[in-house]
Amino acid sequence: MTTKLISTGMAIRDGIAEAGKHNNDVILFAEGLNDPAAVYGTTKNLAEIYGSDRMIEMPISENGLCGVAIGAAMMGKRPVISLHRVEFALLAVEQIFNNAAKLHYISNGQHRVPLVIRAIIGRGWGQGPEHSQSLETLFSYIPGLKVLMPTFPNDAKGMIISAIEDENPVIILEHRWCHYITGEVEDGYIKSDLIHPAKIKDGNDFTLVASSFMVIEAMQACDQLHKLGISIDLFDLRVLRPLNLGTIMDSIGKTGRLMTVDIGFKTLGIGAEIVSEVVATKFTDLKSAPIRLGLPDHPLPSSVGYIDGLYVDSVKIFKSIAETLGIAQSKISVGIASLRERRAKVPLDIPDPSFKGPF
Amino acid sequence: MNNLLKIYKDSLRIRKVEQAISDNYQVQGQPQLMRCPIHLSIGQELLAAVFCSMLTVQDKLFSTHRCHAHYLAKGGSLERMLAEIHGRATGCIGGRGGSMHLTDVKVGMIASVPIVASAIPLAVGSALTSLIDKQSDISSAIFGEACLEEGVTHESMNFASLKKLPVIFVCENNMYSVYTNISERQPNRDLTLIGKAHDIQSFRCDGNSSDELIDTFQEAVSMTRNGGGPTFVVVDTYRWLEHCGPSYDNHLGYRSEVEFLKWQKKDGLEQLLQKLISSNILTIENQFLLEAEINHEIAKAFEFAVNSPMPKPADASTHIYA
Repeated sequence: MTTKLISTGMAIRDGIAEAGKHNNDVILFAEGLNDPAAVYGTTKNLAEIYGSDRMIEMPISENGLCGVAIGAAMMGKRPVISLHRVEFALLAVEQIFNNAAKLHYISNGQHRVPLVIRAIIGRGWGQGPEHSQSLETLFSYIPGLKVLMPTFPNDAKGMIISAIEDENPVIILEHRWCHYITGEVEDGYIKSDLIHPAKIKDGNDFTLVASSFMVIEAMQACDQLHKLGISIDLFDLRVLRPLNLGTIMDSIGKTGRLMTVDIGFKTLGIGAEIVSEVVATKFTDLKSAPIRLGLPDHPLPSSVGYIDGLYVDSVKIFKSIAETLGIAQSKISVGIASLRERRAKVPLDIPDPSFKGPF
Repeated sequence: MNNLLKIYKDSLRIRKVEQAISDNYQVQGQPQLMRCPIHLSIGQELLAAVFCSMLTVQDKLFSTHRCHAHYLAKGGSLERMLAEIHGRATGCIGGRGGSMHLTDVKVGMIASVPIVASAIPLAVGSALTSLIDKQSDISSAIFGEACLEEGVTHESMNFASLKKLPVIFVCENNMYSVYTNISERQPNRDLTLIGKAHDIQSFRCDGNSSDELIDTFQEAVSMTRNGGGPTFVVVDTYRWLEHCGPSYDNHLGYRSEVEFLKWQKKDGLEQLLQKLISSNILTIENQFLLEAEINHEIAKAFEFAVNSPMPKPADASTHIYA
């Protein structure tokens, strides 16, 4: 198996390239598909593989073109729509919820909608309230959709290929900061599981479930907890719909403790669903009340002046877990200082370079 | 002229099916068997019959909540349509959608979507597939004039025109969105200007005139079928019954009895019948026979629907994912 060290963003681009070579029915839609920026490079240099017929420059008509893609998917194409920000998907929610998610069901199984919608979540550099929402709960609410949040490069490549192969509409929410994460990525046509969360770290003291960029924050926290002799079962949730909690339930049986970290709002977030399912089915296994972390109940402002303490970070994760386990305050303070030191010189509105990996 | 007779038969069959649904929807003292909203097409049958007579089984059609006429004209199974409206497992989509979602894929009745204008981009996507795959079929969306108020219609037309897609946009202008007249919703304009603004060849005709319908659709279909790109046809028509339900609703006062009578007097079916009789294509006797034949078919289809099994609760959770 040959691998190369690339970023999640490039791995997604390579996955789209492989899918296009593998199946002529794959067609691409994006605003600025072929422009110099090529959707943050994720659609760069695909013309050789796809040709002009299969690379469709999208007029600024998200609902219309999403409907066009659904119609094409019903007739046998496998469209991939790339949106620069998930907020633009809101214009297409009518088509996504009513048609993409339900045509297979309503037609009693006669129609299939093998459609992929990539939507990018922004953060930092003053993106502001309408360029930094993640909205994963909104899409995950709808039966008939599959909702993925890739984090690591190799998995992201496999996920986009598997999503394109899937017979159902798949929403892929890519965090812009995850695009920068690097790792070894297998060459060729590789697939990823679209059913289960991935176990990132194995431990006995706490079950920690995070999604998207929050997995990276959680990993930093886990390393610091490890120094205190605490081991964590860390899951990258990956697949938000259909939500398969089997391995997480098993983990609760072992640890008796749960923390969820949402990339989006805490209120009504995926974490709320996971905690409620865990409490409903593993109540007697729990040694302490589950902890939920996520964004506060307000829009995310642009200025860097507002940001300190707003996002969930490794410090919040570390501190909550250590306190729940009764670790001495003096040790917690040392751990927090160590975590803060890592990004002391990096402004809060750009990713900490150490987060890039390679993982 | 054989074609005219076929159009008459198809339109009459649609009207009689709709009338039978209306008659049987709520029968005093009997339990209601059709337990879903119905949007009947009486008054609007002719355009469906004319247009679909020019389509092949391979051509794809997309419709709206008011889809009965389109489904039947495209060749959809009457038995399975009535079973669908009766909520039966034998319905065209197993009782999952009811009257507003009529589908019969094997005759090219691809989907009916009740959300206003929601099916229009699907037709454009279907046409895009035909263009990419170099297939000769065309796709069409039939929709009400309220769709001209929805943004997605313009998005769809813009893209269809840009790519010169083989798609026909057919607007049934019955002037009312539920109880609201077009004059309260749109400026007083020639509706074909909307197609023209997207550089789409646009036509308008009288939905009660078989001659006008035939001439107009022949031109539009031939243009789109022969690589001329999308076309847009506005058909002026009138819904005789209420927006949703089995009855007349002139007593509500949102439209006048005078207006209704004016349109009823122009009934396209009656005009076509007179034309067929005066040109000796159809005799009164044969017309009676034709009606009897249609009545018999409808009675049998109702029997099929009513005697079909209901779907099982356990099957409500199938086909969520393919």
